[in-house]
Amino acid sequence: MQTETPQYAIETRNLSIFYGPFEAVKDVDLKIEKGKITAIIGPSGCGKSTLLRAFNRMNDFVPTSHVNGEILMHGINLYSKEIDPVEVRRRIGMVFQKPNPFPKSIYENIAWGARINGFKGNMDELVEQSLRGAALWDEVKDKLKESAYALSGGQQQRLCIARTIAIQPEIILMDEPASALDPISTLRIEELMQELKQNYTIIIVTHNMQQAARVSDFTAMMMLFGETRSGTVIEYDKTDIIFTRPGDKRTEDYVTGRFG
Amino acid sequence: MTTETQSLAPVPEQNSVPVSLRRKLRLGEGLLEAILFVVGFLTIFVTVSIVVVLGDQALLFFNDPQVGFREFFLTTQWQPSIGQFGIWALVSATLTTSAIAMLVALPLGLSSAIYLSEYASPRARSVLKPILEVLAGIPTVVYGYFALLFVTPLLRNLIGTENLGVYNMLSAGVVMGIMILPLIASMSEDALSAVPNSLREAAYAMGATPFEASIQVIVPAALSGIGAAIIVGLSRAVGETMIVAVASGATSKFTFNPLEAAETMTAHIARISGGDLSYNTIDYNSLFAIALVLFVVTLALNLFSQWIVSRFREQYE
Ligand SMILES: Nc1ncnc2c1ncn2[C@@H]1O[C@H](COP(=O)(O)OP(=O)(O)OP(=O)(O)O)[C@@H](O)[C@H]1O
Ligand SMILES: [Mg+2]
Repeated sequence: MQTETPQYAIETRNLSIFYGPFEAVKDVDLKIEKGKITAIIGPSGCGKSTLLRAFNRMNDFVPTSHVNGEILMHGINLYSKEIDPVEVRRRIGMVFQKPNPFPKSIYENIAWGARINGFKGNMDELVEQSLRGAALWDEVKDKLKESAYALSGGQQQRLCIARTIAIQPEIILMDEPASALDPISTLRIEELMQELKQNYTIIIVTHNMQQAARVSDFTAMMMLFGETRSGTVIEYDKTDIIFTRPGDKRTEDYVTGRFG
Repeated sequence: MTTETQSLAPVPEQNSVPVSLRRKLRLGEGLLEAILFVVGFLTIFVTVSIVVVLGDQALLFFNDPQVGFREFFLTTQWQPSIGQFGIWALVSATLTTSAIAMLVALPLGLSSAIYLSEYASPRARSVLKPILEVLAGIPTVVYGYFALLFVTPLLRNLIGTENLGVYNMLSAGVVMGIMILPLIASMSEDALSAVPNSLREAAYAMGATPFEASIQVIVPAALSGIGAAIIVGLSRAVGETMIVAVASGATSKFTFNPLEAAETMTAHIARISGGDLSYNTIDYNSLFAIALVLFVVTLALNLFSQWIVSRFREQYE
């Protein structure tokens, strides 16, 4: 197995993802740059979530799903037999479309993940640091013992980001993290992503073209093709290229809103 | 609501409600509501009547010069033939057998529920869940003789025949636990399955093992449903009659030692009322006093379990 150049946080080779016999994602070769934000865009049903959830092996929970090809992190195939998916998820965090805090206190939402990951340091400090990191501290510092469900949707989503950074993953996956939020909360999440990228590699799925253009450094355009209606990456480049002079006509149509 | 608003009805008169928005007479709805009200009211009515009848008859017992409240609640001998009416002799057996039953049913039931809901493949679940539900339907008299003829000899072999009699609370309690196990497992499984998948994903995405996710996130979130399972299980244990009547002996004795034989409240009621009792004798009236206590014990245990559960539950919306 060839080693991966350190510039890349994660890399896929000939990756195909199946649900039963249906090949939802076909032949994806992506090199995700370290410390950058990569957006995955494309029409509904083209396999963006499927691809994203393959990175941290969340698709394992769909009994019918399986993967061909490789996903490499530090040159190691995350799908090889010796790999423990639990360890993979500790290194690759995920923020979901709908905020899903635990039905526990705000404090415990962050402490729990750290604890199961063997954190031994000062928990109060970690909680504060993570909440500050997610730009939520000032709003919740006086009600850490209250239920996370008492927060607004946007606050809940930032809490979910906070609990993810508390376990200090290398990569954070975000599946339409702002689609359930109002424009102001969305903006805060986007600002937050800019700060987070100093320490983390971020991969974000979004339907919002402006958002992809605003926040990401690289963009992967996915599209359905062929008789099997499988999704694949048709174009992958720096975001400004994708949005100003894409190489593929379909990308141009899609990002300018003439399509999909 | 003037000229600019588009009217819904063809030709509305000014300021009048358009025809299509008018209140409609929905006969079916009204009828259904009435039926539901009557049925709901009947349920409450029946429950209240039972309590009233129990209380009324029990009063006859307490008014009898032969017994008093103090004797009933503070002594520990139940020998109607010689005029001793200490309820604790019966209560102790009920509590002991029920405790053993819960000790068996709760950990096993909850474990099977967690296995079914969090670990088992959909195939395994679709086979095992119906089996559980069939088990829950076995008549209790079958369990009674299972206790007496199979479990008791087994336990006597293990513990020694000199330590364990043919009738004992241990065997009855264990089998009672086996009887309510499917009920608790099945109800808890429903509660666990009802926890939204987003919570499961949240836990796993944080790098939780299936065990950590189940025990620390999913079970706490399902605790109100699990609590209901515990309450139903406990009520069945306290009220169970056949198993204890067959396997735990027909002598009342104040003891919490599971190796001994002792008669529970239910078994006593069943045995005495099976014999020839004449109306308004003290023996006859004592049955109602026992039943009333049984009712209160069940109620108290229910309230207690509810309180425990509400303290630990983590509510998702
Ligand atoms: N659990 C599953 N089982 C079977 N098929 C699935 C499953 N999840 C997704 N699919 C199928 O895989 C394909 C890709 O779905 P996916 O959710 O990845 O699309 P997406 O690009 O994220 O769409 P959207 O933008 O609407 O979220 C779709 O055809 C979908 O029906
Ligand atoms: Mg999606």
